[in-house]
Amino acid sequence: MSGALLEVDGVSVSFDGFKAINALSFNIYKGELRAIIGPNGAGKTTFMDIITGKTRPDEGDVRWGEDNISLLNKSESDIACLGIGRKFQKPTVFEDQSVKDNLTMALKNKRSPLAVLFYQRNDEDQQKVAELAADIGLLEQLARRAGDLSHGQKQWLEIGMLLAQDPQLLLVDEPAAGMTVDERNHTVALLKKAAKSRAVVVVEHDMDFIRNLECKVIVLHEGSVLAEGSLDHVTKDQTVVDVYLGR
Amino acid sequence: MKGPLTLFLLKHPSALIFLSILALFTLLVSLGSEALGSGFISTSFIKTLGKTLCFCLIAIAMDLVWGYCGILSLGHFAFFGLGGYMIGMWLMYERTRLIVVEAAQQAPLPLSAQEIQDAIGTQIFGVVGGADFPLIWGFSHLLSVQLLLILLVPGLLALIFGWLAFRSRVTGVYLSILTQAMTLALSLYLFQNDSGLRGNNGLSGLQNLPGHEQTPQALISLWFFWASAFALGLGYLLLKLIVESKMGNVIRAIRDDEARVRFLGYHVETYKLFIFTLTAILAAIAGALYYPQAGIINPAEMAPIASIYLAVWVAIGGRGRLYGAVIGAAFVSLLSSWFTGGQAPDIALGSYSIKWVDWWQVLLGVSFVAVTLYAPKGIGGLFDHFDKGAEK
Amino acid sequence: MPRIVPAFFMCFLLALIGVQAVAHAQSSSQPSSQSSSSLLPSFQAVVQEHFAQIKRGSVKTAQPVIEAIQASQSPVANDFLQKWQAKALWYRKADNRLVSVKSDDKKRYHLFDLETGQKIGEADKKEIKQIKPNSGLRALLGAALAPSHLASDRRSVRRASLDVLARDPKAAHLQPLRLALGKESDAALKARMMRLERLLTMQYGADDGQRVAAIKSFSGDLGLDVRARLNPILTTRLIVSQGDVPSGNFAQELKPGESERLPKEKAYAMLVAKGWALADLSEREKKQVLEANIIDGRIADIALKDLASQEARERAYLALVKAGKALPDPSEADIAAALQKARFYALYEESSTEVVKAARETLSSIDLRVKISQAIDLFLDGLSLASIFFLAAIGLAITFGVMGVINMAHGEFIMLGAYTGYVVQQIITNYTLSILVAIPAAFLVTFIAGIAMERLIIRHLYHRPLETLLATFGVSIALQQVAKNSFGTQARPLTAPDWLDGALVINDVISISWIRVAIFALSLLFFAMLWFTLNKTRLGLETRAVTQNPRMAASMGINPDRINMLTFGLGSGIAGIAGVAIGLFAKVTSELGSDYIVQSFMTVVVGGVGNIWGTLAGATMIGFLQKSIEWFNPSNTLAAQTFMIIFIIIFIQFRPRGIIALKGRAAGD
Repeated sequence: MSGALLEVDGVSVSFDGFKAINALSFNIYKGELRAIIGPNGAGKTTFMDIITGKTRPDEGDVRWGEDNISLLNKSESDIACLGIGRKFQKPTVFEDQSVKDNLTMALKNKRSPLAVLFYQRNDEDQQKVAELAADIGLLEQLARRAGDLSHGQKQWLEIGMLLAQDPQLLLVDEPAAGMTVDERNHTVALLKKAAKSRAVVVVEHDMDFIRNLECKVIVLHEGSVLAEGSLDHVTKDQTVVDVYLGR
Repeated sequence: MKGPLTLFLLKHPSALIFLSILALFTLLVSLGSEALGSGFISTSFIKTLGKTLCFCLIAIAMDLVWGYCGILSLGHFAFFGLGGYMIGMWLMYERTRLIVVEAAQQAPLPLSAQEIQDAIGTQIFGVVGGADFPLIWGFSHLLSVQLLLILLVPGLLALIFGWLAFRSRVTGVYLSILTQAMTLALSLYLFQNDSGLRGNNGLSGLQNLPGHEQTPQALISLWFFWASAFALGLGYLLLKLIVESKMGNVIRAIRDDEARVRFLGYHVETYKLFIFTLTAILAAIAGALYYPQAGIINPAEMAPIASIYLAVWVAIGGRGRLYGAVIGAAFVSLLSSWFTGGQAPDIALGSYSIKWVDWWQVLLGVSFVAVTLYAPKGIGGLFDHFDKGAEK
Repeated sequence: MPRIVPAFFMCFLLALIGVQAVAHAQSSSQPSSQSSSSLLPSFQAVVQEHFAQIKRGSVKTAQPVIEAIQASQSPVANDFLQKWQAKALWYRKADNRLVSVKSDDKKRYHLFDLETGQKIGEADKKEIKQIKPNSGLRALLGAALAPSHLASDRRSVRRASLDVLARDPKAAHLQPLRLALGKESDAALKARMMRLERLLTMQYGADDGQRVAAIKSFSGDLGLDVRARLNPILTTRLIVSQGDVPSGNFAQELKPGESERLPKEKAYAMLVAKGWALADLSEREKKQVLEANIIDGRIADIALKDLASQEARERAYLALVKAGKALPDPSEADIAAALQKARFYALYEESSTEVVKAARETLSSIDLRVKISQAIDLFLDGLSLASIFFLAAIGLAITFGVMGVINMAHGEFIMLGAYTGYVVQQIITNYTLSILVAIPAAFLVTFIAGIAMERLIIRHLYHRPLETLLATFGVSIALQQVAKNSFGTQARPLTAPDWLDGALVINDVISISWIRVAIFALSLLFFAMLWFTLNKTRLGLETRAVTQNPRMAASMGINPDRINMLTFGLGSGIAGIAGVAIGLFAKVTSELGSDYIVQSFMTVVVGGVGNIWGTLAGATMIGFLQKSIEWFNPSNTLAAQTFMIIFIIIFIQFRPRGIIALKGRAAGD
C-alpha cells in the first residue's frame, strides 16, 4: 500500500478497560476527501487525537508521508509542523486577538521562539492573509476581535487558520455543527476547494452535509471500521443501519 | 529619518507616555533630593522610592509571565532574592576586605594573602560558627563575575525548574503550587546555617558601596534610584517590544488555549520556558538593585508569601497591561509602607481604635478579594483606552 | 597472677563491710566485728576528726568525710549517717562533741553517746546546736546509705535504695546487693536486683569467668544501662613506643594519619610529650616570635613590607633560628621521620582478653538489635509524620481533590480550629472534656467559615481556578492578621489531657508519644469516615455527580449550589478538627496554617487528585521519605524538607497525575 499519505495500522487504545479504538486500520491518500461517520462513542474524536499526538495508542502504528515517519513519539506541535492540521469540534480561535493576528499566527512560517520574536510583518504575508480572509469570507472583519465574530464565522476562521498552516492533511471535526443552511453550503465549498490541493478528512453527523461533499465515507463503530464506500453504498449496508437504529 | 524604535514608540503611545512619566519623575525626585536639590525629599524616602521602582520592575516581569503567558508563578520573588544574594556577596566581601586591610595597617607584620582571606572569612562567617569560605563564594571578590552570576544563577534555576515543570505538562494551579514549593525549598535551604550564605542572618551592610566610603548615603541612594529607574525604563521597553511582537500574540494564545497553539505547530513548552527564564532574570536584576538599597537580605524575604504578594500587586494593578503592573506595585507597596510605617491616622471606634499597623493586612486581604471578584482588570483596566495603539 | 591477690583482699574487705551493715541492722554483735573494730580508733574519735566539715555541711567536701566514716567499719557508722541525714545530730558547744539528743517535758535535753547510746549528760537548748545538712548533702548521704537500706524491712525503702543504686552503681554496692538478693521476697524487686547485680558483676565481678558470664547474659539486651556499662570495658588508651612492644591488652596498632583516632598532629604531639621530638610551632607562635624581633622596621634584615607572604616569613624565621633568636621548628620531613621511628598502639584499659572479647560480642549483638529497633522506631516516626500530613491535607483532598477548588485559606482554617480549641479550654478547664467539646466546636466554626467563603467568594469563581487561588489567598492574609490582632503574636498553649501525656514505650529505643498515637488513630478514623461519606452516601454520590457534570446533575434534581456548599463546608470543617489535633503538639500561632499549606497541597498533588486513597498514599510517601532523609542527617530538618520538595518536583516529572492517577477522559485537562 505504498503512496499513502497517512497509514493507520492496527491501532488500539483503551481508557480504564473501555476500548475506544479497536485494531483500526486504513489509509488516506494525497488529495483525497473523506468523511468519517459513526454513532456517539464510535471513537471518531479519539482517532483524531491519536493522529495529532494528543493520545498515545496502546498498540499499532501511525505512519506519515513519503518518508514513512512514525507519528507515535512526536509531540503535537511536531506533528502539526509535519503538515497535519486539525479543527476542533468546538470552534477554538483566540478570541482576544484580531482575525488578522489569528491568521498571521497560523501562517506557515518558522515556529522557533527567536524567529517569532524577531518576526517582521511583510507584504507577502499580508497578501496571504488577505487572500485567506477573502476565501473564508472574513476580509471585512480582519481588524475585529475574533471573539466578536458569529459562531459560523468562527468556524470559518478556524478553517482559514488551518489553510494558513498549508497542511497536506486536514482533519476537520464537525465543521457544520450549529450552522445555518447558507453557512453550511459555504463550508462545503470551502472544504471542497481545500481538497483540491490536499487530503481532507471530515468527521460529521449531518448526512446532508456529507452528501454534499460527494466523497468516500468510512463508518466507524466501537473503534473499528464497519463499512467503507460511497454514502449511498454505506447507507444501504444492513449492519450500518442496525448500528444507527440501535439494532 | 526615524529609527525603528521611534516608530515603535509612536505606534504605541502608552509606552511613550510611560517612559516620559518615568523620566519626569526621576528628574523631579533628583531635584528634590538632599544630595543634589532642595532636599525636601529625605534620603530614606528616596530609598523607598528606589525600592518601589525595583518592585515595579519585578511586577512587569510577573505581568509578562502571568498576565500575558498565563503562568501564575509563585516563585519570582525567589529569583529576586537570588539576584540580591549574588550582588550582596560581592558587596559584603569587598567591604569586609577593605575593613580588614584597613585594620591590618595597625598590625606589626603585614598580612599575607591567606591571612587576609582568613580574616574576611572569620568576619563574615563567624556569626554562623564558621571561618572558611564555602565554594559558592569562589568568585565573590570579582565584581564582574558576580554581576554575571546575577543573570546566570536565577536564569539557570528557572531554566532547569521550568524545563522539568513544562516538560511534564504541569499547568494551572498545579504549576503555581509547584513554583511555590520551589520557593519554599529555596528559602528553607537558605535558612540553614551551613547553606554558605549565613543562614537566617543573611547578608548585611549592603548599603555601603565599597570604595565609596567617603560618599554620603544621600548621593549613593540617588545613584541606586537612577539605576532602578533606568532598569525599569529599559525593562518596560523590552517587555513592550516582546508583547507587541508576534511573540506577544503567541504567548497570549498560549494563555488562552495552550492545546490549540500546539496544534498550530508551536512548541508551547519552549515558549513558556523562554518567558519564564527571561522574567526570572529580570526579577533577579530587580533584586540586585533592590537589596543594596534595603541594606540587608535574609531568607525570610524569599518566603513563599512574598511571591504571592507580587501576584497581588499585579492583580490589583491589572493583568495583561504592563503599566497596570507598575501601578499596582507602586500603589500597593507605597500604601503598605505608609500604613505599616505608622503614619496613617488611627480610627477611633468608641472603646476600640483601629490601628492601621494591625489592620492594614486585613484591609489588603479583603480588598484583594474584592478586586478579584469585582474588578478582574484591576486599576489598569481604567486606563485601557490609552493603549488603543496596541490594536493596530 | 599477682593482680588477683589484691582483688581477693578487696573482696574480703567488702564482705566485711557488708556483713557489718547487716549485723548492725540485726543489732546483734558478732565476735569478728568486735575484734576488727577494736583494732581501729574509736568511732567518736573518727567523727570528731571531721567535726569541722560535718558542721559546715558543704556538698563539695562531704564525700571524703562520708567515706572515712564508712571506712571506720564501726557498727554505728550507718546509724550515724542516718542521724546526720535526718537532722538528728547535735553537738555540745562547750567541747564540740557530736551527740544525739532527746528532750523531755521540762525543756531539758538529754545527751547520748553516738557509739554506745549511753546517756552522757543533760543540757539546755542554748548549750547545744543541731546540725542541719542541706538537701544536696542529704541526697549524698542517701546514696551512701542506699546499700544498707537494701536490707530494710520496708519494701518502699528497698525500692528507693535500689533506684539510687541503679542511677550510679559502684563496686562497693555489689556485696550488699548480693546479700539482699538472697533475702528479697518481692519478685519484681528481686528481678531488678538481679539485673543490677549482673550489671555490677560485669565490671567488678571477682573473676573473669564470673564477669564473662554476666556480660554474655546481656546479649541482645536493649537497655541503655547495659550499653553504658559495657562501653567502658572497651575503652582504649593510646600509647607510643620507640622500640619494644609494650605489654598489655592490645586493641590494635595505629598508623598516624590513617585512623580518625590518631591524626598526625595528635601522634606528633604524643612524641613531643614524651620528649622524643621538638615541638611543632604553629604559624601563630612563629608570627609572635617574628613580631618580637622587629628591629628598626626589619626582621633579620628583611624589610617588614616584604613579609606579606608565607615563604618570606619562613625565610625570616630561619634567619632568626640561625642567629639563635628563635627555637628551631621541625620541618614536614622532620615530623614524618619522627613519626616513622615510633609505633602507636591502642591499649584496652581492661586487662582480661576474655572479658574484652565477651564485651565485644555482646555489644555487637546488642548493636544489631538496636539497629532493628531503630528501624522500627523510624518506621513509627514516619507513620506519625504521615498521619499528621494526612490530617492536614485531608480537608484539601475534598475541596481541592474532589471539587477542584484551590483554597489557599485552608491553612488558616486549620489555625482557626486550633484557636477554637484554645478558646474552649479557656472556658472548660477539664482538659479531657474540653478536647471532647473542642472537636465538634472546631468543626462547626470552620464549617460555617467554609460555607461563608464558598457562598461569598468561591461560588463566583468556579472554572477560574487561578482567580480562586488569589481570592482565597486574600482571605488567608486577612484571617491570619485578624487572628494575630485577636490572640497576639505569642504562641497559645492547647494542652492535652493527662491520659495523652507521656509515650508508649516499647523498649529503650522504640517509643512513641500518645498524642502521636492518637493522631494516627484520628487520621485512620477520618479516612474511614470520608471514604464512607464519599462512596456510600447520597451526599458523596451527589458531590461526585456535581463535580463531574454540574448541568447534568442539576437536570437530575440535584441542587449543585447546595452540594458545593456542603462539600466545601465539610472539607473546611475537617481542617478545623485537624487544627485541634495539630494544636496539641505544635504551638498555636497565627502562622500555624501557613506552615502546613504547601506540604498539604504537595500531599494531595503527589498522591493524585480526585480520590482520598491518593491523599493517603501521598501523605505516606512524604512522611516516610522526610523521616528517611532526616535519618541520614538527623541534625538538619531544614535540609530534609528542602530535599523532600526537590524530590517531589522530580517525582511529578514521572507521575504528573500523582501516585494514584485517574486515567482517560475523567482526568480532564
